[in-house]
Amino acid sequence: MSTTLLISIISTAVVYAATVLYAAVGEIFSQRAGIMNLGLEGIMLMGAVSGYMVAVYRQNLVLAMLVVILVGAALGLVFSFLTVTMQADQTVSGMAMLTFGTGLSGFLGKGVSGVNANLAFEPIAIPGLSRIPILGPSLFNQNILVYLIYVIIPLSMIYLYKTRPGMILRALGENPAALDSAGYNVFALRYAYVTFGSIMTAVSGAVVSLAYTNFWSDGMTSGKGWIAVALVVFSAWNPLTATFGALLFGAISIIGIDVQTVFPQVPSQVFSALPYVATIIALIFTTGNFRGRRSAAPAALTIPYDREKR
Amino acid sequence: MKKEIDPVLQMRHITKTFGSVTANRDVDLSVYPGEIHALLGENGAGKSTLMNILTGIYRPDGGEIWYKGQKRDIHSPKDAVALGIGMVHQHFRLIPTLTVAENVYLYSGKKSFFLNRDKMEKEIRECSEQYNLQVAPEAYVWQLSVGEQQRVEIIKLLNQGAEVLILDEPSAVLTPQEAQSMFDTLRKMADSGKAVIVISHKMNEVMKNADRITVLKNGRVEDTMPASEADVERLTRGIVGVRTLPEHDKEQPSPEEPAQAGQQPSPEEPAQAGQQPSPEEPAQAGQQISPEEPAQGAQQTSTAMEEEKKHMCGEEIFFMEGVSAQNDRGLPALKKISLSVRAGEIFGIAGVAGNGQRELSEVIAGLRPVTEGRVLLAGKDLSKATVKQHILEGIAFIPEDRLQTGLVPELTFTENIILKSYETDRYSRRGILQKQNMRSDAEEYAGRFDIRHGGLDLPVGLMSGGNQQKLLFAREVSGDPRLITATYPVRGLDIGAAESIRGILREQSRKGAAVIFISEELEEIFAMCDRVGVLCDGELMGIRTIGETDFQEIGRMMSGEREETK
Repeated sequence: MSTTLLISIISTAVVYAATVLYAAVGEIFSQRAGIMNLGLEGIMLMGAVSGYMVAVYRQNLVLAMLVVILVGAALGLVFSFLTVTMQADQTVSGMAMLTFGTGLSGFLGKGVSGVNANLAFEPIAIPGLSRIPILGPSLFNQNILVYLIYVIIPLSMIYLYKTRPGMILRALGENPAALDSAGYNVFALRYAYVTFGSIMTAVSGAVVSLAYTNFWSDGMTSGKGWIAVALVVFSAWNPLTATFGALLFGAISIIGIDVQTVFPQVPSQVFSALPYVATIIALIFTTGNFRGRRSAAPAALTIPYDREKR
Repeated sequence: MKKEIDPVLQMRHITKTFGSVTANRDVDLSVYPGEIHALLGENGAGKSTLMNILTGIYRPDGGEIWYKGQKRDIHSPKDAVALGIGMVHQHFRLIPTLTVAENVYLYSGKKSFFLNRDKMEKEIRECSEQYNLQVAPEAYVWQLSVGEQQRVEIIKLLNQGAEVLILDEPSAVLTPQEAQSMFDTLRKMADSGKAVIVISHKMNEVMKNADRITVLKNGRVEDTMPASEADVERLTRGIVGVRTLPEHDKEQPSPEEPAQAGQQPSPEEPAQAGQQPSPEEPAQAGQQISPEEPAQGAQQTSTAMEEEKKHMCGEEIFFMEGVSAQNDRGLPALKKISLSVRAGEIFGIAGVAGNGQRELSEVIAGLRPVTEGRVLLAGKDLSKATVKQHILEGIAFIPEDRLQTGLVPELTFTENIILKSYETDRYSRRGILQKQNMRSDAEEYAGRFDIRHGGLDLPVGLMSGGNQQKLLFAREVSGDPRLITATYPVRGLDIGAAESIRGILREQSRKGAAVIFISEELEEIFAMCDRVGVLCDGELMGIRTIGETDFQEIGRMMSGEREETK
């Protein structure tokens, strides 16, 4: 295998991983808080379209990311209101977010569909590091959103396992009643983490439209939100494991495209379906109810917290 | 008593209603530093509600709380914690995926951003040494026994500087030996100037360990006294009032049992019978036997009782031979259980909850696969049989969770009674339900078992726990089962309903059904059963004939001590 091909595979896998990892880390925090948001795909699309629209009309990436964060926060607050305050069913609310986000993003994006923004997060080579053979050009010649995820993963691990708020978060999805009796505000914490998760998901969408494919078309995240949900479960709610999973999916999706040239007789759809097949297989093996395996899912996941019902 | 000291805590005229139900009415309670104060009462007497008001979980509709001489409003658990009032709930508020140290520090006021594990663990070690609360701070909570988890809960309260500690039924999940060591710890804490409130329904334990006792009934304070002035009669009067209850079956002369049975002191009513612990309340009667005094009456009556049993019990019809099974996590839950039960016999299963009782009952009902060994009913091997075959063979199953496993709460009374027999011609013809037959049978059950329902067409989830349980029993015993397995059948029921349920079981055993009676209450087992097997960690520690054993021996077996058969 030539070096350039290897570099291209690793580099594409890394960008692919970034497109799902923001959402996956956000969803890990949200689910650790006890709220399952299945509407990631819809929120990603909203993030992707709002970022792309600002890029087209205002030609300003910083402003674009600010808008993406605001859109993510707004959707997160709506979802928190439904699931935390109104105690609505989280699966149904998630489906509502999904259809709402898909529909609204398609409507809003009509004007920019197929329009070239001529603006995207361009790769920046890090001096020194980018000259390491193979790993340099593939890992350290990336755009800023990818570099940011390099920092977010270790920070999220430290936050979860080494800090006091992280300890509280791990408890929040296990036994909210215990935290309530310890004087923590379960509702405020859940609002905060659900909103954080939604912001991260919207950013994931912007990574797709502004740093990965660099265009907007209706439904263009093509199931990445679902892959993020699958990663959360696959990783047993651990950001570092989720990273390896995301890289694996990224590698599978890019290798599929390369293998396609070797086996032209196989329809291309078979190869583009590979990441999704891998998702299903990974989910079966990591979450299947095999004998003796204890699920790592937070015990209170999807259970609304109701003070009067204890 | 320490009346010269000011009370650390006073609750005055506390009233709390939930809809039309009054949980607390004009309750006064004073608690002094250095005392263990017991709150005694039946289920539903308002003990837990009162304590939930004190810890800020509920707001009272009326009344005042005075703490250290000041009137306080407690709006939330946080306020209570800040004042120094903490509670160990019956269901522990622990996070199994966190360590002991992390669980304790969730509750400490310290706000440092990063966790300092070494310091946390050292502080916990110091605290556990001071009060003799042994637990490893670095262990994960899911690895701990129930007794250890309770200690973590207590350490949590001490760590947040609690001055008033409330414990809700702390001995319910412990073996008698563990319970005593827990009360010794509470005494140490009281001696160091803290006030301890213990919610309980066990009179003996309260009289032995508390300084003062307050009895609640129907949401009111019925009586309050120093423990030194308490006796069974006074407490019973406070708890149940002057209600009259059905007679204890075993002393009732019945056609099969000659009259002299009633004259003889039965083993659960030893020499102190002068006190006349009402025989219809096995709980109190049993508690009269303190662990140091084995039942003296036992020896005298055993021969007579053996004679009776030979009349009462038929052949051995149910066998388990070296049966093993796994729990939901795939870990061994039952380890080579061997036992046999005779027709007409009530066979008790004693043990601390969670030692394989649920799995045992599910194996008997055919719900849980047998990994090893055989289960035989009347010579037929059922170890591989389906649940339906078990039902057809005449095995009645009263599960631990009556409302979720036994009944369908959303369905009506009439629908629930046919859940196991919907395929019979009586209830369905060509797939159409026979509503007339269902209804007339439902009415018959309601009359025969005195089930109070708001209407046969209302969801059973709306009925009271006692009536739900009666309905479940009505359905299960209607086909004259050959074997009944009942897990904690009277848990959470009031005394009247509990006695009806016990009556149904006794009646079925007289009719020749073999009964497996799983209970946490030794008193109840001694009053009901002919023999008792003790489960500990999935193993059957031994089988004893009631009347040839005592609480002390069973208690030791419950904590895992194996003894030679006498």
